[in-house]
Amino acid sequence: MKDKYEVVVGLEVHAQLLTKSKAYSSDLNEYGAHPNTNVSVVSLGHPGTLPVMNKKTIEFAIKLGLACHSEISSHQYFARKNYFYPDLPKGYQITQDKTPICTGGFIEIKGENEGQKKIGITRIHMEEDAGKSIHDVDVYDTLIDLNRAGVPLLEIVSEPDIRTSQEAYQYLTEVRKLLRYLDICDGNMEEGSLRCDANISVRLIGETDFGTKVEVKNMNSIKNVQRAIEYEVTRQIEAIEKGEKIDQETRSFDALKGITISMRTKEAANDYRYFPEPDLPPLYISVDQINEVKKTMPALPKELFVKFKTDFGLSDYDAYNLTDNKSLALYFNEVTKNTTHYKVAANLMMGEVKSYLNELGVEIDLFPISPIVIAKLSNLIAEEKVSKTVANQRIFPELLSNPNEEPIDIALRLNLLVESDENNLKSYVVQVLNENKVEKERYQNGEKQLIGFFMGQLMKVSGGKADPKQANSILRELLESSK
Amino acid sequence: MKIDKSTVLHIAHLARLEVKEEELNQMQEDLEKITDFMDLLNKVDTTGVEPLIFMTEEINVLREDNAVESITQKDALKNAAHKDSDYFRIPKVKG
Repeated sequence: MKDKYEVVVGLEVHAQLLTKSKAYSSDLNEYGAHPNTNVSVVSLGHPGTLPVMNKKTIEFAIKLGLACHSEISSHQYFARKNYFYPDLPKGYQITQDKTPICTGGFIEIKGENEGQKKIGITRIHMEEDAGKSIHDVDVYDTLIDLNRAGVPLLEIVSEPDIRTSQEAYQYLTEVRKLLRYLDICDGNMEEGSLRCDANISVRLIGETDFGTKVEVKNMNSIKNVQRAIEYEVTRQIEAIEKGEKIDQETRSFDALKGITISMRTKEAANDYRYFPEPDLPPLYISVDQINEVKKTMPALPKELFVKFKTDFGLSDYDAYNLTDNKSLALYFNEVTKNTTHYKVAANLMMGEVKSYLNELGVEIDLFPISPIVIAKLSNLIAEEKVSKTVANQRIFPELLSNPNEEPIDIALRLNLLVESDENNLKSYVVQVLNENKVEKERYQNGEKQLIGFFMGQLMKVSGGKADPKQANSILRELLESSK
Repeated sequence: MKIDKSTVLHIAHLARLEVKEEELNQMQEDLEKITDFMDLLNKVDTTGVEPLIFMTEEINVLREDNAVESITQKDALKNAAHKDSDYFRIPKVKG
């Protein structure tokens, strides 16, 4: 039944910007402060006060626009969106209506079958956050905290290009990654610094008109956006199959039950009465200004992905994993300046380094070993001076406590260098064969697969140091010759 | 333009204004006068004329991103009808 239908989703993302001060006034922009301390007469909406635009907000908006291949508009002005709610003291939100700062563009996501898919961007505009209403602390009253009122936001509106809940997940992951690479939003959905509303509809495959869309709110993780879409799609298809009509409405996602619930309000028809904000003079953005911002653009995930793939010969999987997190990607980029054994270094990063970070729940900024040392360790492994196992299990932990010691010095100090002296290897082999006479005989009677067993024993007696290739040939030689 | 009573009530509701029955006629009349004046202005042929949105020639009035503490929490809450030591308090709104 579901196969007959096509899912159509567009996402609206709100990103709180990492500015020091608010969008239109100088109060501190900071999460988690004591209630109603980061406020000013402007954000409190006192009569006679005037907003003044924060330069940084514009710079951040241009950055995101450039990253999304959008057009940056040269002339724009702000608008008032009027609505009455207690956490909006002015009675209107200062936003952009007819002249968003960025229009068009796209964000690339990992599509199905390893392909890439472009999700179109309709617009990105600048606006301000409202305060916070707390409904569940007091029985009779709602409590209002206006610390968040006036915090700068970018609203990123996608085209209805998303066709599956998985694509929505990918899209949001990419949006968050971009915001973090650009260092303009911390992307924390749990704390609400990144929020997402989904416009969801379904239609029969082949149909060119869109179905009636439902807006779903209150999803506080990327996973929950995916879940909400899945629930909503099933609900809509089942309703249509029963011959029911889909209401155009706003629904709220209940993460515990995994369902969406209608938020029917009396004031269903939004009547925001937009008009130009007279208190903020128009904004002109010159080509020079855009070029200035361009100069400060960091490397973006896509660029690093391509670089890791084409310059370093890494697989899609490796390149994707290493660019998932900005600081990790930049760290790896540093590593590659001191080694050409990219794959070995990548394995170290995704293996030992990542497990260390995951175990401690920290970012790479707190990782004690420098990129150059990781590069040197990669070289030791690649040049077969130490085995991978010894590098991971002995040298790496040693480096964690002595980050300034050279990996080669640790290998020498702990006697960990690969043993390639033929006489020494021979004596290991002799020892192993003497200690395992039964297996030796079985091997000689044709059970050739036992070579693996002997190699394992050999590594054990040599403390993992035996040069595997050399040891293997000596082992075979002695097994054959002592028949 | 004709403004009917329900339009007046709708606008009043959007602004959460309580309009008494006896004020309704007066408001309706006032609003009609305003919209009539607009209708008059709308008769002027403005083909090819850029809309004038701002009365000022100023552009790009911006400030640096510096945070300043301008008022205390106590002052912020001072004029509130209902408050506690930390919050503005209002009658329960449905979340």
